[in-house]
Amino acid sequence: MSPEPVSLAPASEKTPDMVRATLRNLLAHKLRLLLSAVAVVLGVSFVSGSLVFTDTIRKTFDDLFASVTADVTVSPKEAFDAGFSGTVSTAALPASTVQTVESVEGVESAVGDVFVEGVQIIGTDGDVVGVSGAPGIAVNWTDNENLTSLTLADGRPPRAAGEIAIDADTAEKSGYRVGDTVRLLTPALPTTAELVGVFRFGSSGGLAGATLTALDTATAQSLLPQPDTFTSVSVAAQEGVSDTVLRQRVREALPDGSVVVRTQAQQTEEDSGEIESGLQFFNIVLLVFAGVSLFVGSFMILNTFSMLVAQRTRELALLRALGASRRQVTRSVLAEASVVGVVGGVVGMGAGLLIALGLKAAFKASGLEIETGSLVFRPRTAAWSLVIGVVVTLVAAYLPARRASRVAPVAAMRDDIAMPTKSLRWRTVIGVVLTSAGVVVLVGSLSASGQRAASLVGLGVLLTILGAIVLSPVLSRPVIGVLGALYPRLFGTVGRLARDNAQRNPRRTAATSSALMVGLSLVGAFGVLAASINASIGGLIDRALGADYVVSSPQQAPFGAGVATALERLPEVRSVTRQRFGAARIDGSTVFIAAADPASLAQSITVDYSAGSAAGLTKGLLVDQPTAEAKSWAVGDRVDLTFLGGATASLPVAGIYEPNGALGPYVVSLDTWEDNGGDTRDSFLYVNLAEGAAPTDARPTVAEVLAAYPNLDLLDHAGFKEQQRGQVNQLLFLIYALLALAILIAVLGIVNTLALSVIERTREIGLLRAVGMSRRQLRRMVRLESVVISVFGAALGLLLGVLFGVLLQRSLAGQGINDLAIPTVSLLVFLVVAGVIGVLAAIWPARRAARLDVLRAVTTE
Amino acid sequence: MSSTLPTDRASAARAVDLTKVYGTGDTRVVALDSITCAFEQGRFTAIMGPSGSGKSTLMHCMAGLDTATSGSALIGDVDLTTLDDKRLTRLRRDSLGFVFQAYNLVPTLTALENITLPMDIAGRRPDKDWLDSVISTVGLADRLDHRPNELSGGQQQRVAVARALAARPAVVFADEPTGNLDSRSGAEVLSFLRRSVHEMGQTMMVVTHDPAAAAYSDRVVFLADGRIVDEMVDPTAELVLERLKRFDVSGASVPGARVGEDA
Ligand SMILES: Nc1ncnc2c1ncn2[C@@H]1O[C@H](COP(=O)(O)OP(=O)(O)OP(=O)(O)O)[C@@H](O)[C@H]1O
Ligand SMILES: [Mg+2]
Repeated sequence: MSPEPVSLAPASEKTPDMVRATLRNLLAHKLRLLLSAVAVVLGVSFVSGSLVFTDTIRKTFDDLFASVTADVTVSPKEAFDAGFSGTVSTAALPASTVQTVESVEGVESAVGDVFVEGVQIIGTDGDVVGVSGAPGIAVNWTDNENLTSLTLADGRPPRAAGEIAIDADTAEKSGYRVGDTVRLLTPALPTTAELVGVFRFGSSGGLAGATLTALDTATAQSLLPQPDTFTSVSVAAQEGVSDTVLRQRVREALPDGSVVVRTQAQQTEEDSGEIESGLQFFNIVLLVFAGVSLFVGSFMILNTFSMLVAQRTRELALLRALGASRRQVTRSVLAEASVVGVVGGVVGMGAGLLIALGLKAAFKASGLEIETGSLVFRPRTAAWSLVIGVVVTLVAAYLPARRASRVAPVAAMRDDIAMPTKSLRWRTVIGVVLTSAGVVVLVGSLSASGQRAASLVGLGVLLTILGAIVLSPVLSRPVIGVLGALYPRLFGTVGRLARDNAQRNPRRTAATSSALMVGLSLVGAFGVLAASINASIGGLIDRALGADYVVSSPQQAPFGAGVATALERLPEVRSVTRQRFGAARIDGSTVFIAAADPASLAQSITVDYSAGSAAGLTKGLLVDQPTAEAKSWAVGDRVDLTFLGGATASLPVAGIYEPNGALGPYVVSLDTWEDNGGDTRDSFLYVNLAEGAAPTDARPTVAEVLAAYPNLDLLDHAGFKEQQRGQVNQLLFLIYALLALAILIAVLGIVNTLALSVIERTREIGLLRAVGMSRRQLRRMVRLESVVISVFGAALGLLLGVLFGVLLQRSLAGQGINDLAIPTVSLLVFLVVAGVIGVLAAIWPARRAARLDVLRAVTTE
Repeated sequence: MSSTLPTDRASAARAVDLTKVYGTGDTRVVALDSITCAFEQGRFTAIMGPSGSGKSTLMHCMAGLDTATSGSALIGDVDLTTLDDKRLTRLRRDSLGFVFQAYNLVPTLTALENITLPMDIAGRRPDKDWLDSVISTVGLADRLDHRPNELSGGQQQRVAVARALAARPAVVFADEPTGNLDSRSGAEVLSFLRRSVHEMGQTMMVVTHDPAAAAYSDRVVFLADGRIVDEMVDPTAELVLERLKRFDVSGASVPGARVGEDA
């Protein structure tokens, strides 16, 4: 430390002095201030970034639904809330509803709306336009300006079959212009149409990444499962008639129980509510992410302040010797912390915008692109950033501050000062207790099921990680001893010093590596889980897939039934099994249900029946073994189902099968499905070739049919595995990308600690340089220390991660994830990456150390 | 101390017109003012003078820890002012030894490891016999596995001295090596330093405030205001003390005095 103004007025309790002292102290150590503020900035920026990102997504969708223009909307009533997206009810309103509503008193005008999913534009490059997986929506063009969110930007509205208009965003992305012939996919058949117009949706050009196609009403209606129907009716009120009054009147005019009538406000809320629940996944992911970041950030702040206070021990002791009270010492540290907290909070808030961009990139890189407008920064974000910045910093500073206040005044006179350190015995005890409790809970979760199992796993993971954090100082010495055993042999004295430096302050080493440990434990857990899922998928497909080919879209979005019809016509094809998915209600709870062709199911999917068979599927229900057991159903028992459209059926159990990942818990026949108003689009087609048709010969023919559907893949066994794994890997990639951001803080944390260590050891570094250590050797020493600390954190984290992963796999073993796979190579790669992280983290601190002026360093106080 | 020294003895280190100026304008301090001085091989030279007279600065410049403003500092025939950091580092490592007033040892290393540190850094094997004799002379044979914090202040300084000597450097520099020690430990260290000069032929340059310590030397150089003002061969504590008193009486130097007349 440079000659330092001892700034505290002794024995004066007056606060202004303390404030001045604090500020002077802060300014006297700009680098220290910077480093501690960096810790806060990082911690806060991740929280603020998560908030900005979610707000941005939400705003995008809110804007979308703020554009509900109808005063009153009539929709068909759904029997229940399916709860999972992608399930479409075919419930519709008869065209006569429009006339009925029009004649209601106070109605200015009413139009029937058509909303159809699965209409995609094929771009000039032959690929589906837009982000993969984004919905393709078709609507009917409405001329009534009061009842539409579409405004024409170019050309004219579609008037007849063979004419379409598309949204401005899609037009821009696809490169189509008015007058072009456009290829498009519909639920029925791929077709072409003339682009006659381009429109804007609401205030923006398009619809959050979805493609929007407008058709004339008759053509749009022809895409609906039932002819001459609408998906909803939009109503405009006459002057002076309130939405609420009109809603009441419209409701009375229509048959009871078949429709839902909502005012503009209600409809907006309903729509955004649906989006909210759709966004829940993101919210949870981001919340976990923000939590991990905050956790890691707090650690960094705590660590930084501990070091700062330790470095100032002599100064604080001098203050005590001069008569400052303990309270004053604590307060001066806390005052410094709050300044740092506020500054860090404000800067972190701003840096959050960068993090939000990073999150956007992470989602995009994993293929889950969400199109959003500019970043949204709400006051809430600012409030949280500041609160977290200040509170966490104060808490983090309090512990070392209290310790600092206990420094005996005599420490000022001593040459080698050490902060009073407690023994690690209590840590060992607490750590062992926490970790064991965590493992016990985790093992206990194996025998639990459902929601309970999930919460137990969460609790177990949390306890174990906390235990590991508490224990890691205890572990750091021996583990780093082992990890660094090669150092002296490989790098001589420099290696030896590096290892000793890493071991010398176990608490600091542990705190530094904790962030990396937490991040990598999650990486390890997800890695094991994903590898196990992939292995299980492979096993499942080998065992269960009987068909020669599978046809599906990469996002498993349902597609038009025309594909199957076209394939069935080929002479090389013996049969095509259609499979659809949706929701139904059984015994008061919503279940996931599959529908399939009974005739060819056995050829396509190998199903092991423990009772009954597929023979009775046409008019019956297949149930998997665990479900049947839980409900005590036997073959022949009748089960009551309610479908999304409201239809009900009582079906006999025709067969009970061993759990089968390709089928899910319930299967009905396609006829039953359609009779009860299920979605008529297919999710999977299983293609069985005719006897004598070699897969290699038949493939080109089949592929030719599918050439018209660029959204669909033709997959053999290997390809199907690949596709299924692709989905898991995509999710894994997203999680990794998010964790990578969290690990970035960990890295910066290491940089921070190393830089502070370098400052703290200035004198020692000066000594080493004086007795002949070269700059290169010094840099290497810092680098090696950094590497061993990183690898320590990573090794501990990955070890925990594998433990979590194995337990997760075990607990999911009943649900199709039967095979355990440990991705040894990836785990080793992560370990190596941790080493590289260590090298990178050391660059700056090492350079700083090497640049120290020898004389200044060796004579520093 | 009674040994008569040939006057033409080769010098192990030399300062030629060595000048060191800190700061500019108002804060300008001439710490060393054209010092020319030779430090002969195998001799123990003490440097004395009032506080702020430039003793430490002279040592630092001679030892390649600080850069001179003008003039040269030579170790043997090598002019330190012409060396870059890499060569300077190597020279310090291989040809110079240091003992600082405090904080001489790397806390994570044992006494023995501290002693061999410069050689370990260089990747050289220590000369076993020499090392043993150094260690036994310092009287640390039974403390070699201890870490610095397990050693007394005097023991720590002895380890530092052993380190400075272990690599047989051309010159050993020590800045107030006994400043932090009680008189008994100080005497131990000093007598050891003198033995190393007389028995091992070591060249040594020691800064001290203590006339008793200076009495161990072969020659005392007195500094004031960055100039050599006097010199004493075969000093005794009484003579040195007397000489120092004259500084006080004449008020020749105020600690930290600014030398502005040649600005
Ligand atoms: N880094 C520096 N910057 C500015 N002035 C300095 C610096 N180091 C030393 N000085 C000044 O140079 C002069 C000589 O200092 P030096 O440390 O060599 O004195 P000294 O004889 O060793 O004193 P002491 O006996 O108190 O250790 C003093 O006036 C001092 O204030
Ligand atoms: Mg000095």
